Amino acid sequence: MARYFTEEHEWIDVEGDSATVGITDYAQEQLGDIVFVELPDIGAQVAKGKDAAVVESVKAASDVYSPITGEVTEANDALEDDPELVNSSPEEDGWFFKLTIADKSELEGLMDEAAYKSFCDSL
Amino acid sequence: MNAPNKSGWKPGTPTDATSAMNGPDTVTGNRALMLEEPLIFEIGDSETTGVDFAFASRLDLAGVEQPKQPTAASEHRSRLGGLDRAEKIELPGLSEPETVRHYTRLSRQNYAIDLGLFPLGSCTMKHNPRLNEKVARLPGFADVHPLQPVSTVRGALEVINELAFWLIELTGMHGVAMSPKAGAHGELCGILCIRAALEARGDAREVVLVPESAHGTNPATAAFAGYRVEDIPANADGRVDLEALKARLGPDVAAVMITNPNTCGLFEPDMKAISDAVHEAGGFVYCDGANFNAIVGKVRPGDLGVDAMHINLHKTFSTPHGGGGPGSGPVVLSEALSPFAPLPYTARTDDGTVHLVEEEDAESFAQEHYGTTMQSFGRMTAFHGQMGMFTRALTYILSHGADGLKQVAEDAVLNANYVLRSCEDVLHAPFAKSGPCMHEALFGDKGFGGELTTLDLAKGMIDEGFHPMTMYFPLVVHGAMLIEPTETESKASLDQFIAALRHVSSRAMDGDEGLKSAPYYAPRRRLDETQAARKPVLAWEEPEAPSGTPTQSERGGR
Repeated sequence: MARYFTEEHEWIDVEGDSATVGITDYAQEQLGDIVFVELPDIGAQVAKGKDAAVVESVKAASDVYSPITGEVTEANDALEDDPELVNSSPEEDGWFFKLTIADKSELEGLMDEAAYKSFCDSL
Repeated sequence: MNAPNKSGWKPGTPTDATSAMNGPDTVTGNRALMLEEPLIFEIGDSETTGVDFAFASRLDLAGVEQPKQPTAASEHRSRLGGLDRAEKIELPGLSEPETVRHYTRLSRQNYAIDLGLFPLGSCTMKHNPRLNEKVARLPGFADVHPLQPVSTVRGALEVINELAFWLIELTGMHGVAMSPKAGAHGELCGILCIRAALEARGDAREVVLVPESAHGTNPATAAFAGYRVEDIPANADGRVDLEALKARLGPDVAAVMITNPNTCGLFEPDMKAISDAVHEAGGFVYCDGANFNAIVGKVRPGDLGVDAMHINLHKTFSTPHGGGGPGSGPVVLSEALSPFAPLPYTARTDDGTVHLVEEEDAESFAQEHYGTTMQSFGRMTAFHGQMGMFTRALTYILSHGADGLKQVAEDAVLNANYVLRSCEDVLHAPFAKSGPCMHEALFGDKGFGGELTTLDLAKGMIDEGFHPMTMYFPLVVHGAMLIEPTETESKASLDQFIAALRHVSSRAMDGDEGLKSAPYYAPRRRLDETQAARKPVLAWEEPEAPSGTPTQSERGGR
């Protein structure tokens, strides 16, 4: 399993043809207390770099972009009742959705953990 | 004579923390003039009513024929298709003095423009001149009804038309739609005009471009009107990146929505170049006019190539808002968009009469006076717009005159720059180096000590007796604080605000943990905003009565 990061602060775990997407610890830290998460419908087509979900905190509402093109297979229903999971476990239990990857070559250009860390440090 | 006020205390005398608010507890929860007030449901009682509904037939009205006593509701056949309410409404009943006191007590826990400076950025919380109120209360304006015959409201139509004239004059545009009810409604009106114009030329497009420095309502409006929204980045100076915008323009772009001056409080100097580029690509330019106060009388958006712009009468033209009155958002339109404006509208014909043009006569009026078929996209509101705001806004315009309005913009900009330059040494001011700001000063949270945030600073400002500034907006600045003092503040009032802001800012920079628990002196301490958003309690629920048989003293009564 490999984890990649985007400049928009999403992470993506890739396992074979399927992947799990969420927002990073840095992102939740910046947003503050998350109060609402809107997830894509199962079967929805999401495109790389296009909005796929919405996350709302006490400060702001933000789009969450899909790091990769694909079809949504599962959404994290736990976030509906407990959006706080995104704050407490952003990169584990607070995942947003899973999808099947349409084109693996799109993973090129995403950052690995070390690259993302230095990207955040530069902000 | 005995000596009153031996201590010499007067408002403004510093008090130590123990004596200020922390005296002995009171049984009522009131603290002298700081009055506690329960919810209306907690004081009301469904057995009480403030009005006597004794039916007229029971009164002796000197032999006048009386209508029949109404029959019980159950004898009527319901026409609600089974949707009629089965359970009791359970509205609280209060007498008139109880009701008046309830709302007056609540109002004393609130902050208002009539109490002090209201620095909310992008909101233009300026003083509401009392002359406006006097004019709006003239019976000929206050008592008109939108369904009155037109022949009886000629004066009101004159007011609408006169205001329309001045809005067009001040913006250098071609037409104006007066009916939209507030800013975002005006945005929708403008975007629907753009959609109608594009569809009329058989060129429906899909995308609306919105720069990062635009108001948050802009992308929402475009999405609501069925467009796909795309961001355009800001450059390092906080302005629209002209090259990025030009690169994105194409045959699919219906419009660009720009806020000028933008949400960083900066003027977009490339506005004309932006408009030219958008027009060349066949699109339209929507300008968010929320910040018009900074440029009224100085710059005409029509000269910058704008096709549509809403004007918040409740901001620039001083009509009450923020709980004090409804908004009003007329939209000025370019020559290309004017034919598509919504109904109804007013127009003066050659004989001097102001007509109210509605659906019935829109086609014949267009044929007769414009020589074209009617192209309006439809109707946005039931009636003609916010009449009460029209009278106030026109009063404001006429009482200020052209020179006065110009001075409004100049003083608003001067005041904002005074705040910016008076605080840039204690707060991070990201765009201060790029030159003067317009009508609002923007700061960020860079350099705050400890774990302190913009929210903590804002709560500290409440303790200092000010409404907080706009926070966490615009998004391009971390922990943003947007301050718009408006032109109606005197130097003395600005100095007091600046002293408070400088003090709270240095506390934030020093990491003063005490700020984490602010406010100390508000009617309520820090509220749990997270919990309020996650688990909002939106309806009153009667607390459940404890089980068991009540004792005689609990039951009370006879």
